[in-house]
Amino acid sequence: MRALVWHGKEDIRCDTVSDPEIEDPRDAIIKVTSCAICGSDLHLFHNLVPAMMPGDIMGHEAMGEVVETGSGLNGKLKKGDRVVVPFTIFCGECEQCRRGNYSVCEKSNRRKDLADKVFGHATAGLFGYTHLTGGYPGGQAEYLRVPFADATHIKVPEGISDEKLLFLSDIFPTGWQAAVQCDIQPTDTVAIWGCGPVGQMAIRSAILLGARQVVAIDCLPERLSMAQAGGAITIDFKTESVIERLDELTGGKGPEKCIDAVGMESHVSMAQPDTIMDRAMQMMMMENDRPHVLREMIYVCRPAGVISIPGVYSGLVDKLPIGMAMNKGLTFRMGQTHVNRWTDDLLRRIEEGQIDPSFVITHTVRLEDGPEMYRVFRDKQDSCIKVVLKP
Amino acid sequence: MTSLSNLVRSKGDPKIIRSGPSSLPASDRMARNLGWFSIALGVTELVAAASITRALGMPGREGLVRSFGLREIASGFLSLSVDKKAGLWSRVAGDLLDLAVLREGLRGFNPRRSTVSTAIIMVAGITVIDILTAKAAGAVHARSDLKPADYGRRTGFPSGVTAARGRAAESFTTPRDMRAELPR
Ligand SMILES: NC(=O)c1ccc[n+]([C@@H]2O[C@H](COP(=O)([O-])OP(=O)(O)OC[C@H]3O[C@@H](n4cnc5c(N)ncnc54)[C@H](O)[C@@H]3O)[C@@H](O)[C@H]2O)c1
Ligand SMILES: [Zn+2]
Ligand SMILES: [Zn+2]
Repeated sequence: MRALVWHGKEDIRCDTVSDPEIEDPRDAIIKVTSCAICGSDLHLFHNLVPAMMPGDIMGHEAMGEVVETGSGLNGKLKKGDRVVVPFTIFCGECEQCRRGNYSVCEKSNRRKDLADKVFGHATAGLFGYTHLTGGYPGGQAEYLRVPFADATHIKVPEGISDEKLLFLSDIFPTGWQAAVQCDIQPTDTVAIWGCGPVGQMAIRSAILLGARQVVAIDCLPERLSMAQAGGAITIDFKTESVIERLDELTGGKGPEKCIDAVGMESHVSMAQPDTIMDRAMQMMMMENDRPHVLREMIYVCRPAGVISIPGVYSGLVDKLPIGMAMNKGLTFRMGQTHVNRWTDDLLRRIEEGQIDPSFVITHTVRLEDGPEMYRVFRDKQDSCIKVVLKP
Repeated sequence: MTSLSNLVRSKGDPKIIRSGPSSLPASDRMARNLGWFSIALGVTELVAAASITRALGMPGREGLVRSFGLREIASGFLSLSVDKKAGLWSRVAGDLLDLAVLREGLRGFNPRRSTVSTAIIMVAGITVIDILTAKAAGAVHARSDLKPADYGRRTGFPSGVTAARGRAAESFTTPRDMRAELPR
């Protein structure tokens, strides 16, 4: 089959690889009908997440049809079922899974040995990601083996397009969880940094959950226009002061809830000198991530507010004002998304027409065009926001 | 490399049979080559400064050569990084510095004049390559001059934004582990 394979920094190729095979009775194999490129893939593209290996198949947002099943699925999944595959692999029965904390499942990470050493305690297995999360082959491919498939799937009905359903795999529940973690009240101002696909979903979620106002921050006009379409007030951080505008919009008190949908690769610019420092330190391997957005959020957030972090960070950061956060009594909530905790509810909302997540798709291409589209998406060319691949 | 990476896969994992074209455009590959070249040259300048000044007939400039070595290494890392455009232009600036210093070697009596001339020709050649690569990398990665798209109608809400505001609030309860509000 063909698959998008990581060969090193900025080097992704559409390779011919052997087909995946069932290894465990709880495995299933999916024929992928649609998959997408995620902002998290860009962190891997830039080799900022440790423990990637040449030959790793990319992709963690995929859906398709079950074509092969292991013997231990207990009838939970059968050939011909149409499924969306959540990016977090989970067993469904460990202590964390029973609590709905699927992204920290205790059983699904097959490199637990490695992850225990690096993270103290291992987190769940993820598709198409680092070997710290199991190094499972990803879904930017024609076929995908799904481990723990009796739990790790979202069954979806026929008659709704792939485009409306695909993002149940990651970005829709991610934006949703980012907003839910804020416990939004009708009086709240929710400020969202980053208008990429995750930010866009967080904006829609915060609107649905009834925030008084949603403020979205980015510097790319096409992304800001999409944010505005979703009901957000926008701030262009290249031409306006984020802090001043946010204070202005909240009567000088700051937003109650702040969401970081940017992550470790905050934009580097002269206007934000700390980002230049971060970039230099990152290059000298003195720091893994560029935490400009975290610094800004902690500064501007209203005391006793909530900081919600769906943006991915990989390791050590420098000059994080934890003293400011402590004295302001801020609450931090973060994590890889517990996808299946939300998907039944979100599928219903799609079916009811509350939301149609396909609005975010700007490019649909063949799998072979994937390597080129990684570059286009990274360079923010052609007003690209979300790429869907058709294997 | 490919077969080596196949070794760490489990039995049922797909393994590479044949590789396709890479996402790296030609200019980026060239930037990588120049980056490694920079680092190699920089290290040479650091450890063999004395031999270099001797060859060029410019004794006493060892300190300068070593500092240029550090500069080369920095440019090299930058050219290898995601910010390759900055790395390549920093190489161009470095080339001009190199040329300026080499010109001094042509002044007055220098028995190594011909070596200096050869060095100047080489550096000039590399400067051209650096400029072309920097320009190509700039062009490949630039956002186009076209007006960015206006996605102002992509609400994501089939019944519009106004109807969507708070629509999920009645039918959703924040799970206990994610609550933040104190009772009023
Ligand atoms: N927690 C999870 O489970 C999960 C799931 C999916 C994605 N993510 C993460 O979410 C983040 C965003 O993903 P995406 O797909 O939207 O990526 P993206 O790269 O398309 O979007 C990031 C956006 O942030 C903007 N930005 C950069 N610096 C900024 C700044 N200082 N202030 C405001 N905006 C800034 C960029 O212009 C860009 O539009 C990534 O870190 C990704 O890894 C997390
Ligand atoms: Zn993702
Ligand atoms: Zn589990």
